[in-house]
Amino acid sequence: MIASFSNAQPLAGFMGGLLIGLSAAIMLLGIGQIAGISGILARSALLTQSRMPWTLATGFICALVVGAALFDQQFGPIEANFPPESAWLITGGLCVGFGTRLSNGCTSGHGVCGISRLSFRSIVATITFMLSGIITIATVNIFTGGW
Amino acid sequence: MLQLTITLVAGACFGAGLGLSGMMNPARVRGFLDIFGHWDPTLAFVMLGAISVMTLAWHIQRKRSKPLATNQFALPKTKQLDPALIGGATLFGVGWALAGLCPGPALASLGTQTKPAAIFVLAMLTGMALEELTKAIRRSDNPTNSSSTHQ
Repeated sequence: MIASFSNAQPLAGFMGGLLIGLSAAIMLLGIGQIAGISGILARSALLTQSRMPWTLATGFICALVVGAALFDQQFGPIEANFPPESAWLITGGLCVGFGTRLSNGCTSGHGVCGISRLSFRSIVATITFMLSGIITIATVNIFTGGW
Repeated sequence: MLQLTITLVAGACFGAGLGLSGMMNPARVRGFLDIFGHWDPTLAFVMLGAISVMTLAWHIQRKRSKPLATNQFALPKTKQLDPALIGGATLFGVGWALAGLCPGPALASLGTQTKPAAIFVLAMLTGMALEELTKAIRRSDNPTNSSSTHQ
């Protein structure tokens, strides 16, 4: 393993993580809901009937977009290097959408809320999607050179 | 109204947190998964920050009978592992690595990197709809085995 940490931003990452955790804590202690983005999005898009009211799910998604845009405006621009070809985005999006609904959670629901709750399902899910991601990147790098 | 206010504050806080964390950069997320290449550990620090606050929040939650603005906690009850959890997480990992995006950062990027984020989000919603469709087909094939959804 050739590890080079020169591009890491541990402090900004940790501080951003605190804000994400605070958001999830507000959702849990304020309205009793898990801040799992895939579930909230599916609820807002009327793809599932969860216990979360539609107005709250939709309000959360809108506020998330606005919060990020305001941060970008005040402290940005936020650094962002997207894949150059839409094929990566479309294939990736389809897999993320189908996969997160099938496993009932993503990085926020399983990774943040579930692990901190010591949920066995969430710990297994997080290890699984991280390993799967690591194997996918390694495979893609070998066969296509990635992006 | 209090519920909506709380939710909007939480949503904005999540969006700002993603902006600060560097996780709205797909190349950085990809870098975390690229352990055999130019590894970028930033995502681990994001998880550490978020999980530490939420550990405290769960500690408080266990001592409370209900949330501040609603009558009960709506929490997942499923405990056992099942093939759907493993299969779904595996597929999610593949997509996460291919695009460098998971649902939160993808949505948050709609206002800052509108075109690529919108392409990803539309594909993601299509994937979600397809999953719901296969669930409905499985249910109609086997009406006694209706699985409930949990987050």
